[in-house]
Amino acid sequence: MKKINKEVLVIGGGSAGMAAAAQISEKGHSVVIVERESTMGGILNQCIHNGFGLQRFKEELTGPEYAEKYIDIINKLDIEQYTGTTVTDIEDKGDHKVVYAFSSKNGMLTIRVRAIVLAMGCRERNRGNIGTAGSRPSGIYTAGLAQRLVNIDGLMPGSKCVIVGSGDIGLIMARRMSWVGAKVSAVVEIQPYPAGLTRNIVQCLNDFNIPLYLSHVISKIYGKDRVEAVDITPLKNGMEMTEETFRVECDTLLLSVGLVPDNEVSQKAGVKINKETNGPVVDSRLMTSVDGIFASGNVLHVHDLVDFVSEESQRCGAYVCDYLDNREEESQYTVCSGSNIKYVIPNKFTAGRDNKFYMRSMIVKNHAHLVLTLDGKEIMRKKQTHIQPSEMITYTLKKEDLPLEDLNGESRLEISLVGQGE
Amino acid sequence: MSVKYDVMVIGAGVTGAAIARKLSSYNLKTVIVEKECDISFGVSKANSGIIHGGFHHDSSTLKSRLEVKGNLLFDQLKEELHFPFSRCGIVVAAFNNDEMRSVEKLYENGVSNKAIGIELCNHERLLSLEPKLNPDVIGGLYVPGGGIIEPYRFVFSLMESAKKNGCELYTDFKVIRGVQKDDYYEISSDDGRMIKSKWVINAAGLFCDEVSKAFRAEQYEIKARKGEEFLLDRNATAYTSKVVFPAPSEKSKGMLVIPTVEGTTMVGPTADMVDDKEDCSTSKENFLKIFSSARRLVPVVSERDIITSFTGLRPSIEGEDFYISPSEKIPRFIQVAGIQSPGLTASPAIADYVKDLLKKQGLQLIEKSDYDPNIEKVPRFRNSSHEEIDNLIKENPAYGEIICRCESISEAEVIAAIRQGHTTLDGIKFYTRAMMGRCQGGFCTYKIMKIISRETGIPMDEITKRGGSSWLVNKKVGDYPVGTEI
Ligand SMILES: Cc1cc2nc3c(=O)[nH]c(=O)nc-3n(C[C@H](O)[C@H](O)[C@H](O)COP(=O)(O)OP(=O)(O)OC[C@H]3O[C@@H](n4cnc5c(N)ncnc54)[C@H](O)[C@@H]3O)c2cc1C
Ligand SMILES: Cc1cc2nc3c(=O)[nH]c(=O)nc-3n(C[C@H](O)[C@H](O)[C@H](O)COP(=O)(O)OP(=O)(O)OC[C@H]3O[C@@H](n4cnc5c(N)ncnc54)[C@H](O)[C@@H]3O)c2cc1C
Repeated sequence: MKKINKEVLVIGGGSAGMAAAAQISEKGHSVVIVERESTMGGILNQCIHNGFGLQRFKEELTGPEYAEKYIDIINKLDIEQYTGTTVTDIEDKGDHKVVYAFSSKNGMLTIRVRAIVLAMGCRERNRGNIGTAGSRPSGIYTAGLAQRLVNIDGLMPGSKCVIVGSGDIGLIMARRMSWVGAKVSAVVEIQPYPAGLTRNIVQCLNDFNIPLYLSHVISKIYGKDRVEAVDITPLKNGMEMTEETFRVECDTLLLSVGLVPDNEVSQKAGVKINKETNGPVVDSRLMTSVDGIFASGNVLHVHDLVDFVSEESQRCGAYVCDYLDNREEESQYTVCSGSNIKYVIPNKFTAGRDNKFYMRSMIVKNHAHLVLTLDGKEIMRKKQTHIQPSEMITYTLKKEDLPLEDLNGESRLEISLVGQGE
Repeated sequence: MSVKYDVMVIGAGVTGAAIARKLSSYNLKTVIVEKECDISFGVSKANSGIIHGGFHHDSSTLKSRLEVKGNLLFDQLKEELHFPFSRCGIVVAAFNNDEMRSVEKLYENGVSNKAIGIELCNHERLLSLEPKLNPDVIGGLYVPGGGIIEPYRFVFSLMESAKKNGCELYTDFKVIRGVQKDDYYEISSDDGRMIKSKWVINAAGLFCDEVSKAFRAEQYEIKARKGEEFLLDRNATAYTSKVVFPAPSEKSKGMLVIPTVEGTTMVGPTADMVDDKEDCSTSKENFLKIFSSARRLVPVVSERDIITSFTGLRPSIEGEDFYISPSEKIPRFIQVAGIQSPGLTASPAIADYVKDLLKKQGLQLIEKSDYDPNIEKVPRFRNSSHEEIDNLIKENPAYGEIICRCESISEAEVIAAIRQGHTTLDGIKFYTRAMMGRCQGGFCTYKIMKIISRETGIPMDEITKRGGSSWLVNKKVGDYPVGTEI
């Protein structure tokens, strides 16, 4: 049993948690990080490919190298850290929170803080979530689990793979499995466009001659003990073209069908969840529906680049400090998704400063416009040379571009994507 | 093996395990054999987990008599064996007058079966009992004595208790032949092992017909009726407080909404005859069927909440009643076949019934003086208070390592499963619930593999999902010719 008293608790020691904690500590507040695994770094630890840090550090790093930079920062700041420790419950007591965590070393930790940053990351969607018919043999892995087995444990999940879904982890695993001597026969994507970054399609599939089947689904899985084959069926206008089904033999199926923010603990604290992102609803300061509980990184919405996670989390840390110092945010107004936008984060904006928005498109298009309207009146328009759902869009609305005189309590800012000339 | 057993039970599903436990309370040398690498890997792992309320079948059938008797035994069994069980109650919902009439028929069954507390309800009463019901419901039935259990955990507990009292278990023992000798049988497995036993109980589920044939006993056929089910997330709003049935059809009890005892929601099952007794696949058509019927009962059921699906095969036999009887062709051989629903509910009563048959047939039953009906309770992280967990960790630090984050399963529970002989991923899954939650093992599979390997010495590439060729990893990175980096 151990009791801890601090101003802030950060749950999760991935890139989000570390960046937020560093910022909070630099601004002079006391903070503790609790991480369930035995090391800091989160998902970065298993991403041994490079492509991290181009924006944040202006150099190309591997995942572990990127994590190392932040681990150095938090260690220099002497931030208290508990690894191998899992947070299970949060109690909201109004002006303070009591958090319960457990580890084999300390037993129960009771942590009393004024504010919390949720930084628990996300988990992978699995077969049940996509409802693939057929038998249930072994050999069906989420791509992240396969990545872990290969990169950290040095184990081969199989030798003949088919990859379901073209998310980034799946693409990276297609290359990784090829490198370690497995055969990757197909990447099957239900949408007519890839779910991953374009650079990954080029570097991970094209360079290895791995076929990408867009608008195709895995319609059946065969095999009693171990996967033996899958049926792949093309889609036309959303309908399965059953007669064009073909069978591919394989012993392994890797699923890369999306990530879902991990909000079990948040929900226990009463945090409201957004149906689009599966992450918390947050205001302009990234504060959730529970006063004093903030969220950033993949637990808030799934990011494609770690650089964005760090940026968002650093800001989140600063907002937490504002909260602790009782610096009130100026009035907040609603932000909502307009045409062709899946979601916008945060869900509120403020008139007091610049506002940074992260959003995702629902469409693939060259030459589009991002359009901001305030209560129906267009206030900003920005050219986008190319948009697609897999590439997050960022936009900063400058304070001086906000028509302050038009704002009233009910004001709504709507962000849309429209084709050129629309 | 030169030992001669008094009784051999073939098949370690719920039926076989319940019988084995019963027999372990007498001075007998008992053995149970199972063809799979672990117990409860047959029908008993894939069902709805309902302790039925004694109203679906009329009292002329053997299964309805054993169902009602079995139901009443669960409170004491839970005390002794600590498996998750709750008498949450059952409602049957009718949406028109025809359905209401078939519900009234169920009511009459229930009354003649002496189902405790059974009542007919109007629209208002039924909705107040189960507020998540579709408000179009016109009325129905309420059966407070119905309940839910975790079926595999029940089988594991029965077996643990049987073993504790001296029953032996052989897994990976597929019976292919039974040869009658003087006062015993020589029973052989497909890998050449042989066991001698005086009495044999055929509880082989879907394969009772083959076992019967292997002993040259009665010829009959067990056909498989397939049931597909879907499991919804713990946070799904569809979680009801009671099991919700539709009015039944001629063929089956219909597709239902089940609040599992561990907090997830289950919808299904379908009922279709299939030829292949190992066909546990799911299909798209049935997915659509299940969700539309479930939503008719409870409108908030949503596909969005699916975490997994599975299939169970009901061992159906001509006449559709249980076939529990001494063989008329060979001596000292008891058939326990056609144990489809409500087999789980009836299992403890089946065990008593079989014991009585053995006695009538001349087997001498003397109670063991040192019989202990209780097994040790393995505390679960998830069901313990903060202070209890703190104490558990002090005694056993492995309680502080949370392995499965979705279901909050600690390393101590995984180790307990391994020590009970469950060394495959599925065995550990059914014992602990690790890998059963919303991420379906995405995070913890590799951790569990490592614990199995560490605790048992089995190399990683020999660990399986459920025995046979269900391997998980085949080689080490570097064992293959490595491609050139581009
Ligand atoms: C497989 C993969 C490949 C990627 N590839 C790239 C790439 O090439 N380039 C790039 O820029 N970005 C990439 N990304 C994106 C980026 O790296 C991640 O989005 C980012 O690292 C996520 O950081 P996070 O801190 O939000 O989450 P995570 O790194 O997942 O950290 C969350 C942490 O919280 C801990 N935690 C969770 N719950 C609890 C609890 N209850 N108690 C205690 N601790 C808890 C977890 O153990 C974990 O360590 C990739 C992401 C993934 C998943
Ligand atoms: C979809 C579905 C839903 C159901 N829902 C319910 C419910 O809610 N409530 C309820 O009460 N009942 C329910 N049932 C019925 C219940 O599951 C069964 O009645 C019960 O599990 C049967 O148990 P068993 O031990 O007879 O069969 P099994 O569990 O199949 O056990 C037989 C065992 O014998 C082994 N075996 C076979 N051949 C050999 C051999 N040659 N040598 C050695 N071993 C062999 C098998 O591997 C197997 O493990 C349901 C069934 C299904 C399919």
